[in-house]
Amino acid sequence: MASPLIRITQWLDDRFGAASFQEFLRHKTIPLHRHTVWYYFGGMTLFLFVIQVLTGILLLLYYRPTPNDAFESVQYVMTQVRFGWLIRSVHSWSANLMIFTASVHMFSVYFLKAYRKPRELTWVTGMLLLFIVLGFGFTGYLLPWNTLAFFATKVGTQMGGSVPVVGKWLLAFLRGGDEVTGATLTRFFGFHVAVLPGLATTMLAAHLLLVQRLGMSVPPSVEKRITEGRETAKLMPFFPNFLLRDMIGWYAALGVLGALAAIFPWELGTKADPFASAPAGIRPEWYFLFMFQTLKLLPSKVLFLDGEFAGILGFSLAGLVWVAVPFIDRQVGFSRITRVFTGLGIFALGYIIMMSALVFK
Amino acid sequence: MNIPEDARAASPPVARRWVNLLLGSGVLASLASFLYPALRYIIPPSVPESTSRSVVAAKINELKRNAAKIFQFGSKPAILIRTADDQYKALSAVCTHLSCTVQYREDLHQVWCACHNGLYDLEGRNISGPPPRPLEVFDVHVQGEDVIAARKT
Repeated sequence: MASPLIRITQWLDDRFGAASFQEFLRHKTIPLHRHTVWYYFGGMTLFLFVIQVLTGILLLLYYRPTPNDAFESVQYVMTQVRFGWLIRSVHSWSANLMIFTASVHMFSVYFLKAYRKPRELTWVTGMLLLFIVLGFGFTGYLLPWNTLAFFATKVGTQMGGSVPVVGKWLLAFLRGGDEVTGATLTRFFGFHVAVLPGLATTMLAAHLLLVQRLGMSVPPSVEKRITEGRETAKLMPFFPNFLLRDMIGWYAALGVLGALAAIFPWELGTKADPFASAPAGIRPEWYFLFMFQTLKLLPSKVLFLDGEFAGILGFSLAGLVWVAVPFIDRQVGFSRITRVFTGLGIFALGYIIMMSALVFK
Repeated sequence: MNIPEDARAASPPVARRWVNLLLGSGVLASLASFLYPALRYIIPPSVPESTSRSVVAAKINELKRNAAKIFQFGSKPAILIRTADDQYKALSAVCTHLSCTVQYREDLHQVWCACHNGLYDLEGRNISGPPPRPLEVFDVHVQGEDVIAARKT
């Protein structure tokens, strides 16, 4: 008699062909070269996303999305519920780390030209995922209903209002009214726990499917060395070699998250008062700082446009170009590296870092 | 390494067995340390039970004869009945069957639970239907304008 585990595997195999899945795992490989380390950031982002889903579900057990209760319910989680401080701090820290690893993943893909044919759509779905993740950050920031979040949301949504023609409509859509009120909180809660998770899951499925279908991209510089015979193409089995390395990283990330949550528990601040003045030093989360600083530096009129709108227009256009890069940078290929786009990437990265740093000057 | 495949599978070296044991128990301990906070988090902190032993159930002129009202005793509902022969009765209003809130039936002069047709008499005794136990009975006394219900000592 075979062991129960083997019999269960056999039972599943008879019905779904589990063996073909094992076969697939056996053949999945990861290119091994000096840039392989960058491949880990996608998996790390995915892992942190799973942490977000799990801790988010736990927070839902106590959170109440109304202006009278939201702050108190988060306070209750932080002070009364056993390990509540840990769950909320991990959720906040992991959110920030996830945006960081997603950004690293995006820039590494950009600089290693992994978006080139045939992976254009992998890039597009990845960029859409990044926008969704920023949406998570923006909506989740308001949920504790504290002073900082209240004014950050007021400013953030007001930016949408400065868009010509649709601005008024956009503002009402985001705020659920003319002002940031309980209606906004209800909306942001809905976006954060229903709309965005749905979008993210769908987009993530598409992204992962494309990655599976097309495999990992080998950077043009490495490809060139291989064709010139200066390097031999090496591969690493995905299972278990790459996955185990992935898991070591995830395990370490859990340790870092636990340590951050214990040493720097996420602050709650003071409850939002819609009729109090904005306190000094108000600013958005770090990943929006470069836009925040740009808008601060812009004069009130740029050519014939309102300064505010000029800034938003600039960022929207830059974002569009960034998403469309695989369709613009068509020269990039086997041995021709389009230096223009590498330069553009360095400029964008430099701009984001510089502008963010200027906030603290 | 020229060890034949079958020989390796048959007897893993002692060192490997130790590594497996240490790795396995490390992973298990980690999983437990992630699960424990989550499980403790799910159970809400206990809310302290109301310690007051008595409560004002009604004002003296509030109820007519053969009528009743629900009042709050601590965190749970209770029922105050003014009987047809002008006596006050106070009972827990939580049905002992499945915790519905009971009501006074003026036509039957009995306490009735709408959920599963349970019946209690005015002393709280379960007399018909599914309730397994009598309702808790409170002492009632009138103090000035107030009708006061108190837990029996």
